[in-house]
Amino acid sequence: MNKVSGLARLLEAGHFGVTCEIGPPKGVAVDTLSEKGSWVKGYVDAANVTDCQTAVVRLSSIAAAVHLKSLGLEPVVQMTGRDRNRIAIQSDLLGAYSLGLRNVLCLTGDHQRFGNHPEAKGVFDLDSVQMVEMVRRMGDPGEFLCGEPIRGELPVFFVGAVENPFAGSPELRVRRLAKKIEAGAKFIQTQCVFDLEGFRRFMALVRARGLDRRCHIVAGVTPLKSARMARFMRDQVAGISIPDKVVNRIEAGADPAATGVDLCVEQICELRRIEGVTGVHIMAINWEQVVPEIVRRAGLYPRPAC
Amino acid sequence: MIVAEPKSFGELVEMVGDHRRLLVASCSGCTAVGGVGGVRQARELACALRIHFRIRGVELATEVAGVTRQCDPEFVAELDGAVDRNEAVLSLGCGVGVQFLADRFNRVPVFPGLNTRFAGGLTAAGIWEEKCRLCGDCILHLTGGICPLTRCAKGILNGPCGGSQDGLCEVGDGMPCAWQLIYERLSSLGRVGLLEQIRRPRNWADSGGGPRRLGNGGAGE
Repeated sequence: MNKVSGLARLLEAGHFGVTCEIGPPKGVAVDTLSEKGSWVKGYVDAANVTDCQTAVVRLSSIAAAVHLKSLGLEPVVQMTGRDRNRIAIQSDLLGAYSLGLRNVLCLTGDHQRFGNHPEAKGVFDLDSVQMVEMVRRMGDPGEFLCGEPIRGELPVFFVGAVENPFAGSPELRVRRLAKKIEAGAKFIQTQCVFDLEGFRRFMALVRARGLDRRCHIVAGVTPLKSARMARFMRDQVAGISIPDKVVNRIEAGADPAATGVDLCVEQICELRRIEGVTGVHIMAINWEQVVPEIVRRAGLYPRPAC
Repeated sequence: MIVAEPKSFGELVEMVGDHRRLLVASCSGCTAVGGVGGVRQARELACALRIHFRIRGVELATEVAGVTRQCDPEFVAELDGAVDRNEAVLSLGCGVGVQFLADRFNRVPVFPGLNTRFAGGLTAAGIWEEKCRLCGDCILHLTGGICPLTRCAKGILNGPCGGSQDGLCEVGDGMPCAWQLIYERLSSLGRVGLLEQIRRPRNWADSGGGPRRLGNGGAGE
């Protein structure tokens, strides 16, 4: 069993990383999960497994990550503070480590109001910054949040966090990003970027504070499958900014899905040229089978061995 | 102040049930200020209940009595005589008041006439808003006088989360993002550097071990 995260080794070696996202099923049938895994295998360095995203109950991220790992994928376990307090998070992460999982992405979590149990009590005992620090300290110096030492082998995770460059003032976002890095985040995956100009401004602030030299910044992209999806994401999804020219191009295309892939490939090529961006995170929502084409066309295939 | 709202009339009727002599106890504290628990509301409620039962062929006798504050045993004692004349008490105090009445008058059932909602105040005409979670560990000096525990939908201490957009919270209802407000306030105070400090996880030990207590039992000043 690898002691160290493969994703960490690859990024530390200076490779431009490629990650993607896989949503676990709303049930116990893991054949669709395995199918998604088989589509992306070999095309990504790691696959994030979402933790009841949008507050909808799904198969647990740790269990799904174990299934994907058995297929030979490198999973990134997403862990939110919405449904667990500090005891449960630490316990689940000990379990995750014991099952061979090495990457954790810490998130505060989508509010339960958006999910299929809006009457649930949101926990939010820890926010993402506090969780990052706790997970980092579990590995080094090797103690629980309470300060008690962890006996035996230490759970040294490759700790990541997210950032949304488009949620409010960029200056405020970068301040918060700095806190996550200070807390111990080694890689950052961003919300999907459509507004390249806005993202370049954000990255300029990141570089001005030297944050790009302290962690790996993996820029998020999402291929738009239809004009309807483009409009929905632009108008309805909080924290996502899609310029009208992007929506217009999808609407004008004879084959919107093909145009969406074209756009995504172009965005990746642009993102690679931005100083401080060390990878891309492809969030192909319910469209994981398109990931290989995007990776190939962006010139990111084959992937280096990690 | 404590902000409360009336329970539905149907719920109150169900509570009154077969009792035929009811004391409606008002409170001149928070709930009176909030326009739901004062003497006037107690009289109106008593009248409405009498009419409700009368048109169903049942005579309900009501009495209205008020105290300065139901959360103070000395004032609650003023209700001794009135309680003796009745079979049940409907309190228009907050949840604290109801319990003080129930503790003193254990011969009769005490019903809550209100749902106690939160600690807050008026932010616009007729709009009450929660401002304090009564957490017992105030950090308002670090957040520009804006409580993130109360006013952020996730109660996070290192915000804002990724759902903040155009100054609004992703949860909706036009609610402002508390962390955007904190950022703006601290900026105008020239104290935005406070946002660089990582706020450690909160100590919830105080609020999860049964009723919180305060004071030294009168042992010295």
